[in-house]
Amino acid sequence: MRIAVCVKQVPDTEARLRVRKDGQWIDEEDLPFVINENDEYALEEALRLAEATGGEVVVFSLGPERVREALRKALAVGAARAVHLKDEAFLGGDALATGRALAAAIRGESFDLVLTGSQSDDAGYGATGTIIAGELGWPHAWLVMGVELEDGGKSVKVTREMESGLNELSRIGLPAVLQIQAGINHPRYASLKGIMQAKKKEIASPGPAELGLEAGQTGAAASRLELLNVAFPESGEGAQMLEGEPAAIAAELVARLQREAKVL
Amino acid sequence: MGNAIWIVLEHRQGKPHRMALEAVAAGQELARVTGGTAEAVVVGGAEARAVADQAAGWQLGAVRFVAGEGVAHYTPGGYAGALAEAVEADRPAVVLFPHTYQSVEYVPRLAQALGAALVPEAVSFEQRDGRLVWRRPVLGGKLVAEVAARGEGPVLVTLQSGAFAADQLAAAAEPAPILEQSTTAAADREVLGVEEAAEQQVDLSQAPVIVAVGRGVGKQENLVLVRELAEALGAEIGASRPVIDSGWLERERQIGSSGQTVAPRLYVALGISGAIQHVVGMKGSQVVVAINKDPGAPIFAIADYGVVGDLHEVVPALTAAVREAKAG
Ligand SMILES: Cc1cc2nc3c(=O)[nH]c(=O)nc-3n(C[C@H](O)[C@H](O)[C@H](O)COP(=O)(O)OP(=O)(O)OC[C@H]3O[C@@H](n4cnc5c(N)ncnc54)[C@H](O)[C@@H]3O)c2cc1C
Ligand SMILES: Nc1ncnc2c1ncn2[C@@H]1O[C@H](COP(=O)(O)O)[C@@H](O)[C@H]1O
Repeated sequence: MRIAVCVKQVPDTEARLRVRKDGQWIDEEDLPFVINENDEYALEEALRLAEATGGEVVVFSLGPERVREALRKALAVGAARAVHLKDEAFLGGDALATGRALAAAIRGESFDLVLTGSQSDDAGYGATGTIIAGELGWPHAWLVMGVELEDGGKSVKVTREMESGLNELSRIGLPAVLQIQAGINHPRYASLKGIMQAKKKEIASPGPAELGLEAGQTGAAASRLELLNVAFPESGEGAQMLEGEPAAIAAELVARLQREAKVL
Repeated sequence: MGNAIWIVLEHRQGKPHRMALEAVAAGQELARVTGGTAEAVVVGGAEARAVADQAAGWQLGAVRFVAGEGVAHYTPGGYAGALAEAVEADRPAVVLFPHTYQSVEYVPRLAQALGAALVPEAVSFEQRDGRLVWRRPVLGGKLVAEVAARGEGPVLVTLQSGAFAADQLAAAAEPAPILEQSTTAAADREVLGVEEAAEQQVDLSQAPVIVAVGRGVGKQENLVLVRELAEALGAEIGASRPVIDSGWLERERQIGSSGQTVAPRLYVALGISGAIQHVVGMKGSQVVVAINKDPGAPIFAIADYGVVGDLHEVVPALTAAVREAKAG
């Protein structure tokens, strides 16, 4: 079984964020980047399916030069090859433009499954995998918490998260796009051997023309959504903040919970 | 293109989803601001007719009932297909959806089919320089982005839970007309059933005090601190998703949109950033205490008492103070 996995490189959720001078996005200088959390789970699921069926995993990522590091990590845990869409023309797109470019790259090879994460930790569209499915004309499922191959690989039984602690079970024909939710498995770590091998694995970087995309069909130029600015949210009333040494804070907090809030 | 505002009503068992009502209130407001007409759209089989009938009682220009066998049960392909036909035929300016798991799954497919602008998870809108500007959280709610659609054609917007108040929904003096149209859109999956995600043995919804722990706890061994505080407070332990996903606590203790919804008298959030998917599960708490090392963590915006600090230092001190208070 041949599986494509889309991984996005995003700012570490632990990082302190600053708004860029032009106000249009965050300042990326000195910002630590990691593989989007859900995508780690998608990659692990792909590796397990490929191992079970004697197949191959190819990782795809769209983003600037820095993304190479994320691809190397994916190669180190077991992906066979990587495709990096880094041409300037690909960048700055909304989910539609990004999904179209990724689909164009994926279409060039024959895959049985495309796995993505359910949502990115930066843009948070929760849409890119679905757009890829639409572009390819394949069925899809979002928030996937279980994948079971059936019928000699012609279909999958999918467990999908619903609201308030319920799961939906369904059968979807292949090829399909599955958007994997965190918690579906326990992602592995790269071994030293894996890290060494990754250095020799191929990372291809096709340009838009090679994918059959014209100017205006990809990246910022093709986006239907314009990002005007980002800002820290107005905090509203917010919390009463307690300051001082831990012991003093603790005593004060308990006192207020007893006297003011009357919940202790 | 018309100036109609459509609101797609998600429903189950003949009743609209709670968030669909919020979307209708938002749509009515948007129609006022833009001078357009708000219309509800119901997609489904015969059972959904009851939803269309109910919607006819709200202040709307019309209720569109898009019916067909292929959409009697929700599937993303069926719903996206049915709505693509309807939108193509009548070209509304804006189509609103509740930002539910169902909408997130199929609305991007509709956007792709139509080549339409997609605004996921909007929390508010504003008319500015002749443009509709939408606000939506990014980076886990640490920042808010303003976005606007470029180019012509319908804009598809999903609205975050709680962003608009359902009690603002205006009722109609006279029932709105129900326009029925049929669709041949087909299902793209075979639904086999629905099951509980985890065996539920603890019912956190009834707990008077909850100590909830997030990724900030660092590792499973550190949960000892949390257990001690919970014991001192006589509290149940809950958790954010990453703690559960890491296997540090059982899935039944997850609080949030995919887990339990709780409303204790006291909710103590330790090392939890306050992402919306967590907050929807605990915002009914009477008093919220947040301990977090990041002063910019969104949890402080909804907390009543906040402590900026390392939970490994603050929690043991708090446990001691609680024990002392209870003893004294
Ligand atoms: C469809 C969907 C459904 C979801 N459902 C849920 C759900 O039901 N429940 C849920 O919780 N999440 C859910 N999530 C995930 C949600 O979006 C967030 O990713 C999650 O809530 C974040 O958990 P967290 O706050 O523990 O971790 P993080 O966001 O990583 O925050 C950790 C916090 O700990 C603080 N911290 C770190 N170290 C310390 C220290 N030593 N002392 C004090 N503070 C410290 C950090 O400053 C940070 O604020 C869902 C996501 C999706 C896409
Ligand atoms: N630039 C990108 N490169 C590779 N994959 C991406 C990219 N953007 C989004 N994805 C994939 O689509 C998923 C959903 O992202 P989003 O629609 O931004 O929430 C992510 O978890 C990734 O798997």
